[in-house]
Formats: sequence, structure tokens, C-alpha cells
Amino acid sequence: MSEQAVEGSALGARVEAPFGRRACEVTRNLESGGYRIFSALDPSGPEPAPGQFYMLAAESGWGFEDGRPYLARAFSFADCEPEAGGLRLDFLVEAVGPGTRRLAASEAGTRLWVTGPLGRPFSPPGTLTEGASGAILVGGGIGIAPLAIWRRRLSGAGIPARVLLGFRDREHSGGLELFDCSEIRLASEDGHTGHRGYVTDLLSVMLEGDDATGAAVYACGPPAMLEAVRTLCASAGVACELAMEAPMACGFGACFGCAVPMADGTYMRLCVDGPVVRGEEIETALIPGSGH
Amino acid sequence: MADKAPAMADGNGARPKADGMPVEFCGLELRHPIINGSGTFDAIAARRVFGESLWREFPFSAFVSKTITLESRIGNPPPRLWETPSGLINSIGLPNKGLDGFLADDLPQLSELPVPLIVSVMGTSQEEFARLVEAVGAREEVAAIELNVSCPNVKSGLIVGESPEEAGSLLSRLRSLTGVTLIVKLTPNVPDPAPIALAAEQGGADAVSLINTLRAAAIAPATGGPWLGAERGGLSGPAIRAIAIEQIRSVSAAVSIPIIGMGGVSSGRDALDLLSAGAKLVAVGTESFRDPAAGSRIATELIA
Repeated sequence: MSEQAVEGSALGARVEAPFGRRACEVTRNLESGGYRIFSALDPSGPEPAPGQFYMLAAESGWGFEDGRPYLARAFSFADCEPEAGGLRLDFLVEAVGPGTRRLAASEAGTRLWVTGPLGRPFSPPGTLTEGASGAILVGGGIGIAPLAIWRRRLSGAGIPARVLLGFRDREHSGGLELFDCSEIRLASEDGHTGHRGYVTDLLSVMLEGDDATGAAVYACGPPAMLEAVRTLCASAGVACELAMEAPMACGFGACFGCAVPMADGTYMRLCVDGPVVRGEEIETALIPGSGH
Repeated sequence: MADKAPAMADGNGARPKADGMPVEFCGLELRHPIINGSGTFDAIAARRVFGESLWREFPFSAFVSKTITLESRIGNPPPRLWETPSGLINSIGLPNKGLDGFLADDLPQLSELPVPLIVSVMGTSQEEFARLVEAVGAREEVAAIELNVSCPNVKSGLIVGESPEEAGSLLSRLRSLTGVTLIVKLTPNVPDPAPIALAAEQGGADAVSLINTLRAAAIAPATGGPWLGAERGGLSGPAIRAIAIEQIRSVSAAVSIPIIGMGGVSSGRDALDLLSAGAKLVAVGTESFRDPAAGSRIATELIA
């Protein structure tokens, strides 16, 4: 782990969660393109590390669609800031199923059940590749969320980060205001903004040049994007970390549901051994059942 | 086990400790009647996530390990989960380090638990069960053994937990080997588990636990084929609670050994229902996925 200190904690160090779930008040819920950014005020939890996640469920109305959602849903946090009454946690959500629909509809003043922070966070570039001093962040769709806080923390530690973000189309995009930097390179499959095509096209160009020298790549997005990033980085000999997603019931290693095939033929539990994994640790980012 | 009493030092009043309903179970003095179902809480992984707060606020009055087998297993291919109305289908496939790995790596950590340890074992033959029970039962850290009999006997082809003859024969064999408390985990995938419970009792079982998950499947939206990597799994959660109540009532009428009841318990009221149906202890499983401290909450609600 890095010795660099950021606000009193080592950059990249896993933060332990208080035991159990706690009620947190929703303080805002804003439209952002096709997504929502909602904030919850955590009265007692610690400051999480970028890449860690929380299990979230609405306190009321959970189970409103034919007995679903039943389980809590995993969300990486996009930002956090101390405020009066606790720590403000920001999440990016796209309403795609019963759980995300219910969370996207959470109004200010209602409460969420929150467990976390959970999982393994991003590691600083120098711990992935000796001498690496910069970062390339590659985000796709709703997966841009953990990269926003990671860019802030890297910036705070004096580590330069270039940001590449891609979206499917105008309806499936948003959350750019979570990034407080102006230099973002964008791609969209429908061409409504930036490069027409995939965000991995931008990464490919960057890796082919000497732009990636001394850098590590961090990616979060749909499985096909993550697999493309993993393959590109392996070919270019550049270290990468992927923030992944898998169907998950508990988030703390209890259910063994979030199995991800590893390069050695066994499975890891993504909730405790991830969600951030190194590219070479896994067999594939195309996990059956994720991203459906 | 008195030397393993939790050190509740910090006086944190936020989560009342359920100390008001002690219960005796097969010679164990437990703080309250709420334990975990096997395979629904990994104390070692949870300690990595929650740190020492888990030990201070341990939610169960006894801890049941995930099932161990003689050889290590990596588990089933994903997807392993499917959410249902008020429930969950899982198809995990008993990943574990095997007997040797368990004894070397996991048991030393589990021996630090603040509550008695019950180890769940599964064999595919009476010989495998015998080796597991002898090795695990010889360890003083182990307060009891739960026998997972929801798998086929490779010799007879019969699922031990679905056949009174198989269950009775297995228990007689194991009873002759060990004096450790033996709990038989019954499957609900039979018309009536009472004859199997009775056969287990007559074979020498000290207790039975029920219900295990109900066999279930889900259809993949995109293909119309099976969703789960192993095609079928087991249903848990509130969706199965009414079935648990009936099966506990049936077994309770048939046997005199104590019953650990489980199946969709999410609240103190649910736990009370299972106790009323005839259970002496109640195990919490899927609800812990939603609320890691559900065991303490349910125990507290039960006493209130």
C-alpha cells in the first residue's frame, strides 16, 4: 500500500465498515442526463476509499414490484464530503430494474439502509507498476461513478490523471458534473458527443502512442468494455485495475454469489476480493449474469 | 464454552444485546435462541469487512460454519443467484477448502469466535461422513457437528436426507464413532420430513435442523434457458417461511430431540412463529444478507 497520506488515510487502503446496516437520510436527488445523482447523509460511517462500495436499500417501498426488490443493491460511491450531521455520500443510478427504479425515486427526506464501505479499493499507480506516476481513467456509462472520486483523490495526492468516458447515447449518459476537471475526452456510440464509437478506441490510441508510459489504467463500465480494456492493457504491457460488478446478495462475503473466474481456474468473491481487481488476476471480465 | 463469552466492553447502547433469553441446547448454554443457517454468514470474511466490531457485536448465540467436504471444491459456475419475489435462489455449490484446509486455515480463526462453533459437513458416502465427523469431532473447538445430507450417496444413488433408511443407517454408523453432538439438516424436498427426522433420531441424532432450501430454478430473460450456471438451485427467504412452519410442526410431532428451525425468518415475530411451531433454536439466513446484524435485531425483537 502507498505511504502517501490523503486526509489522514493511506491512498488505496481498505476501510472497514461499522458492523450492520444503518439508516441514512436522502438529502438530494438530481436528474443528470439519463441518470440520477442522489446523496445520502451517513451519520456514523467512516470516510470510504475510492473503489469501495455500499449495499443500499430504501427503508420503505422496497419490494413494491411483485415482491421485488428483496435484496439490497451494490453501488460504488462517486463522491463523499463531510457535512453537518455526517458524511455526504453521492451515488449515480440508472433506473433499469426494480431496485434501481426504487432508489432513483428516493425523495429527499426519505431514508435508505446503508451497509459499508465494502470491498477492495483502487491502488495508487506506483503500487501497480514500479515508478508509475500517472493514471488513465476509463469509464463507461453508469460506471464512471467510482472514477470521479478516484480522480479527486489522485489529484489531491499530486498524481496526474487523464479521463476517458464513453456513453451509449444521449439517454444513457450523465454524471459528468461529478468530475471537477475540464479535460475529459468523451466518446459516444451514437456520436452525440465526442468521438463516435467506443471509449476503448480512445484508450487504444493512447496506448499505441507513448502517452501511457509511466501510467496505470483504471476502468469501470460494462463487462464488454472492461474486457476490452483488460485485453488492450495486457497487449501494451500496461497495468490496469478494473472495478467490476457481479450479481451480489450480501456484499460482505456471506453468500458466495458474486463468483468471478480467476486466471488460476478458481473463483474469487468479488465483494471481498474485489470489486477492484487487477487485469491479470481474472480469466475474463465477461462474467455470466453481470451487466444484464 | 463459558471461557468464550464475548467481551462486551464498549457499552455501546445503540444495539441492545439480547441477553435476556438464555437457552440450553444439547448441553450448550446459549445467550439467546438465534443462530445462523449454514452457508449464510462467513465469520472470517465478515471480520475482514467489519473488523473487531463484528466480534464485539456478534449477532448469533452460536455460529454454524459453511459446509465442508473431504476434498476442496471451487463451487458452481456463475451465475449463482436469482432474486425472486421475497426470496433468493442460490446455486453456490459448496465451495470450501476441504477438510485439511479447514482444519489448518479456518478452524484456528473460528476458534476465536465469541460463541460456540458448530461445523457443517457433507460426504458422498458413509465413509466420507465418518472421516469428516471423526476429524472434526476430535477438535475441542467444535461444540457440535451438523450433517448436510442433501446430497446423493454415491453408492446407493439415494439422497440421504430423502430416505429414512439412508438417514437412519448413516446416523447409526456415525453415532458409534463419536460422542460429539450431531445435528441432521433436513431437506424440505420431500412430501414430509417427519419419517426422516424420526429415523435420524432412532439412529442417534441429537437434534435436527430444518428447513434447507427448496429446489428451484429461473429462466434467463435473454435466452429462455436456465439462468443459473448449475441450472438449478435452492430457494430461501420469506417466500418459504410458511413451508418451514408446517414442516417444523410435522417434525416436532414426530421426534423428541430438539429442533433448529429456519426458513425466511426476518423478524422477532417470525422467529416466535417458528418457536411456536416446535423449534428450540431459530436460524437466520437470507435476512443476514440484507442486514448483517439481523441476528441481534431478531433476538432483541424476540425478547421485547
